[in-house]
Amino acid sequence: MTERFDVVIVGGGHNGLVAAAELAKAGKAVVVLEAKSQIGGACTTREFADGFNVSAAAHLVYQLQPHVEKRLSPKPRYAARALDTVVLGGDGQRVRYGSTSIAGVDDADRGAYARYAKRMRRFSRVLWRWLNRVPPRLLSGRGTDTRQLLRMALELRLLGKSEMREFLRLIGGNIYDHVDEQFSNELLKGGLCLDAVLGTHAGPRSPNTIVAALHRLGGAGGTYALPAGGMGSVAAGLMMTARAEGADIRTDSPVRSIRVDNGRVVGVETADGARIDSYVVLSSVDPKQTVRSLVGERHFETGFLRRIGHLRAAGNAAKLHLALDGLPDSEGPGHEELGQRLLIAPGPDAVERAFNPAKYGRCSEAPVMEILIPSIHDETAAPAGQHVLSAVAQYAPYELEGGWDDESKRQFFETCLDTLEVYLPGIRARILEGELLTPVDLANEFRMSGGHWHHGELALDQFLFTRPVPGAAQYRAPLDGLYFCGAGSHPGGGVSGAPGYNAARALLNREADR
Amino acid sequence: MSASQVAQGRLVTPFYSRQRELDTLNRWHEWKGYTVADAFYCAELEYFAIRNATAVFDLTPMTKYRIRGVDATAYLDRLMTRDMYGLAVGRVAYAVWCNDAGQVLDDGTVFRLGEHDYRLCSQERHFDWLCASAAGFDVEVVHETAEIAALAVQGPTSFSTLERMGLGDVRSLKPFDLMSVDYAGTPIVVSRTGFTGDLGYEVWLPPILAEAFWDDLFTAGAPVGIRAIGGDALELARIEAGYLVAGVDFLPADEIVRPGRGRSPLELGLEWLVDFGKPHFNGRRALAEEWRTGPRRRFVRLDVDGNKPARDAYIYARPGGGKQVGFVTSAAWSPVCKRSIALGTVDARYGKPGDTLWVEIYYNQEMRWRRKMARASVVEGPFWDPPRRRTTPPVPY
Repeated sequence: MTERFDVVIVGGGHNGLVAAAELAKAGKAVVVLEAKSQIGGACTTREFADGFNVSAAAHLVYQLQPHVEKRLSPKPRYAARALDTVVLGGDGQRVRYGSTSIAGVDDADRGAYARYAKRMRRFSRVLWRWLNRVPPRLLSGRGTDTRQLLRMALELRLLGKSEMREFLRLIGGNIYDHVDEQFSNELLKGGLCLDAVLGTHAGPRSPNTIVAALHRLGGAGGTYALPAGGMGSVAAGLMMTARAEGADIRTDSPVRSIRVDNGRVVGVETADGARIDSYVVLSSVDPKQTVRSLVGERHFETGFLRRIGHLRAAGNAAKLHLALDGLPDSEGPGHEELGQRLLIAPGPDAVERAFNPAKYGRCSEAPVMEILIPSIHDETAAPAGQHVLSAVAQYAPYELEGGWDDESKRQFFETCLDTLEVYLPGIRARILEGELLTPVDLANEFRMSGGHWHHGELALDQFLFTRPVPGAAQYRAPLDGLYFCGAGSHPGGGVSGAPGYNAARALLNREADR
Repeated sequence: MSASQVAQGRLVTPFYSRQRELDTLNRWHEWKGYTVADAFYCAELEYFAIRNATAVFDLTPMTKYRIRGVDATAYLDRLMTRDMYGLAVGRVAYAVWCNDAGQVLDDGTVFRLGEHDYRLCSQERHFDWLCASAAGFDVEVVHETAEIAALAVQGPTSFSTLERMGLGDVRSLKPFDLMSVDYAGTPIVVSRTGFTGDLGYEVWLPPILAEAFWDDLFTAGAPVGIRAIGGDALELARIEAGYLVAGVDFLPADEIVRPGRGRSPLELGLEWLVDFGKPHFNGRRALAEEWRTGPRRRFVRLDVDGNKPARDAYIYARPGGGKQVGFVTSAAWSPVCKRSIALGTVDARYGKPGDTLWVEIYYNQEMRWRRKMARASVVEGPFWDPPRRRTTPPVPY
């Protein structure tokens, strides 16, 4: 007997779970089908060495939207909140900044940082107002879309005339020039540049890096929190919330295909051949895979397929996990500092130079990194007295020249360790075990095209009304019954819950319209 | 795509040597990279070969794609607005294809050569679109314009010409049939198709046989008045037949910059080519919506008073002018209908068959421009549609 649901959600990542909770709350019979045995997608914790647990992809909470977090039951527990960012210099220098505070720079930079941080937070608030709504359709001729566009314009205008101009001047620009105009400290500039390019295929001189920086400030305004038990505990909270609302959440249930009959979605078929009927399928899988592998290209129109084909989604960030038998030597940063969010970004040029080889399919020789040692705050991460290091290392292109194999992976792993040793002296001697997840590994493990954690580059041409592509930017694919609800859709990746939430709203609003 | 397409500048067709011999005017133009004749001796007389004898037109430059593979039918069914499953092997179908917005990219003819083997002929080049459309289908798309020499053999005595050549069972070919026949030991394709609205055939053969075939054809056709014709004569005949030309009567949607300048099949009088019974094809969603709300424009065939061709004329609803409701895209004095005829586009609320519209014609009379408001009746169907176009077997001469 085939089962029937009101809504099938493909993929149990955080966005799929958020959507499930919203739709179940609205009274829908919802089932979430997750391929892996663990829920959460890229928001997950796993044991990578005996007794050592790490957030396998995303490792910090900073974008989780308040309206999403508010619904969570139980609330997530944090091992640490409001982590500062410490940019490490090779010579023992440091710059430390938080959302408002800064240390290690001269007075001029201190004042400039206060102004910079305030303005970026203000701009980010405007942006995230837009990001937390279903984007309007351009040229639809519908009153609701026009009203929403006017509302966006008004929100921009309320910044004041000069700030609105500044917003519009900056929004497409590059972070390099922006920070270079305002600061003199190389480490500070390097850190702010890295913040803007983490997880993207962009260097600080690339356009669209300011919008990526503003995107990153969404939610917590630039403060970072470390969930107790890793990111998997956030996913577990989302799952419990969705279950409490009545959603049926199934792991080990890979979907083989989204079924189409007579020009509309009619359900899914799982890998074991079982069919689940539903006239609405939400896919939190990235748009390329949803269209090409799950539905099949022949069910879409050629122009749409072309746009999906042109969606830029080549990941450039690798994930490094190390099991340590202790913290690195005391010559380096102290214990309290090691517990913060550490950046290796010696300067804006160093970040750009790290990106240069990646443009041509090669790995950075001097990678830039975002490093956490969660075990300092969270004793569940490692056996007593031992530690876990989790780092995002850039740049490691998905399409590596010659392809990724054991040797190229080992080489980049060694490059990362060499770099770490410069900034955290003595760390090599502490390593018990380690693993590197290249974008190809991320693509395979978390089933995301190109290993891109945003499911598609975060840039203005793939933003708002055009994310993932024109014709599907309101979560509704140009195929009746199919919705996108993952990071590939508006407003993009990061553990925000916004795409899942908005997609659920889009579906409910549409049904209310009828 | 053959590598020789671009490198050598303007190309000549495999029939060029023979056409060169017949040419007396030295009036040639470019058609998709090839040199072809406007006319060989007199466009008007060439036109009368179409209507009274046998006219031979070199259509080698017509864009030709081969589409092969087990999914070929499914592929074409998604590509085209009409049902392609109903096209039998050995048949030809006129079809249009649209972009996602339901705007026409081009029209053309689809030849079903085999179970999984099709040829698509069109005015414009669409290789990129056809390849992009092939994603998810097991098909191969090959651009074979240069690999296939093609002649249109049209007119009331065309059947007799081909039969005198001993070219297989041409007698039994019905309109839109095609068959493979043996010529000089090589299979070639003959189809009962054309762009003149008259009895006629098209012959598709390897370029190596082109000159010999031309010679045999002209020998066989000599007693029934065979003539080579250029593009000018064909243009006149196709307006009489009421056929559209991409780039003239509508612009291919992928060449348009300004919004709203494209045309849907519903706006081109081609709703009979749109099968909403199919669950999915390129443009379906947009066309279904347009069908619901009604198209904005209407394609009209006009019978214009007087003898002045209404070229590029504005169309008005009232004799006094006022609001312009459309414009003429093709116009001519039709010798066979003895009428001034025109094709055009008007706002959808005007121009139902039988309606009267007014066209504003400017003509130059010895250095003096004259303006005339001429009455134009909207007619249904082609201006010229003789029974011999359909009669099978055709009447021999």
